[in-house]
Amino acid sequence: MIEIGLGHYLVLGAVIFSLGIIGIFLNRKNVIVILMSIELILLAVNINLVSFSIFLQDIVGQIFTMLILTVAAAEAAIGLAIIVVYYRNKGSIRVEEINQMKG
Amino acid sequence: MIVHAIFFYFFSIIAILSAIMVVASRNTVHAVFFLILDFISIACLFIMVGAEFLGMMMLIVYVGAVAVLFLFVVMIMNVSEQKLSWFRGSKKSNHIPVGLIISFVILLELIVVIGGWKYKNSFLDAQSLTFDKEFTNTHLIGNVMYTEYIHLFQISGIILLLSMIGAIVLTYRKREGVKKQSYFTQISREREDSVKLMDVNFKEGVKIDD
Repeated sequence: MIEIGLGHYLVLGAVIFSLGIIGIFLNRKNVIVILMSIELILLAVNINLVSFSIFLQDIVGQIFTMLILTVAAAEAAIGLAIIVVYYRNKGSIRVEEINQMKG
Repeated sequence: MIVHAIFFYFFSIIAILSAIMVVASRNTVHAVFFLILDFISIACLFIMVGAEFLGMMMLIVYVGAVAVLFLFVVMIMNVSEQKLSWFRGSKKSNHIPVGLIISFVILLELIVVIGGWKYKNSFLDAQSLTFDKEFTNTHLIGNVMYTEYIHLFQISGIILLLSMIGAIVLTYRKREGVKKQSYFTQISREREDSVKLMDVNFKEGVKIDD
């Protein structure tokens, strides 16, 4: 409990990852919260990579964390642009109303 | 050792609680606020565990860019049942108390990070968790990133460029009724298109055809 090891950080990453997954599945409001859940999932991945990098003393994990950071920023920008275009066309971004593709 | 535990539990409990609030809060603006709090907590954790450069990078990229982008989009789209009550200060706006609470927690976290900075080496030394002592974290990352991983670095730059172009292309639209200057039509205008010399007869005038 007092001795903080690699496992604690991995548990933290797993908890945040699961919260992101729950946020994706339980969300019925709008798409933006789903995008935020994706950001949470990427954050959990970052936690895992950084903690492995620190505890195994390999700097490469932090390099890949930076790459994930880049991809997360790009994904947020594109996703929000898509949401803005969708809202401009439909006037609503509620999840249950998005059924154009009959999926 | 105990210091490490205190820091870890402090930041991770705040991070997990704010992640729960991101998922569970009914108001989207509040969800973005809690997302910011989550990012800052994890960034503080990174800074304390020895990945300073990444912690600062997360502050800049996530909090400074991504979360503000989310906030802009949420506020543009009026998805959070905010009906102009933000500026009028009526009772319906409950963004401001939540924002104040979250910014207070962020200030608390920053105080903890700065105040606990002198304990940082003690809990890193204990398990031989340190990299080479002579170099800072930023120096180590730069040593590897610009040599071995230069291609990945440049590809990530291309990804950013792609996302920028994609966002512009997606959201660009031609508006009706907006007067814009077009350099191309200005420059490519010829004299013959716009000026015509006419012989005008007396008492007849000119009939302008349009």
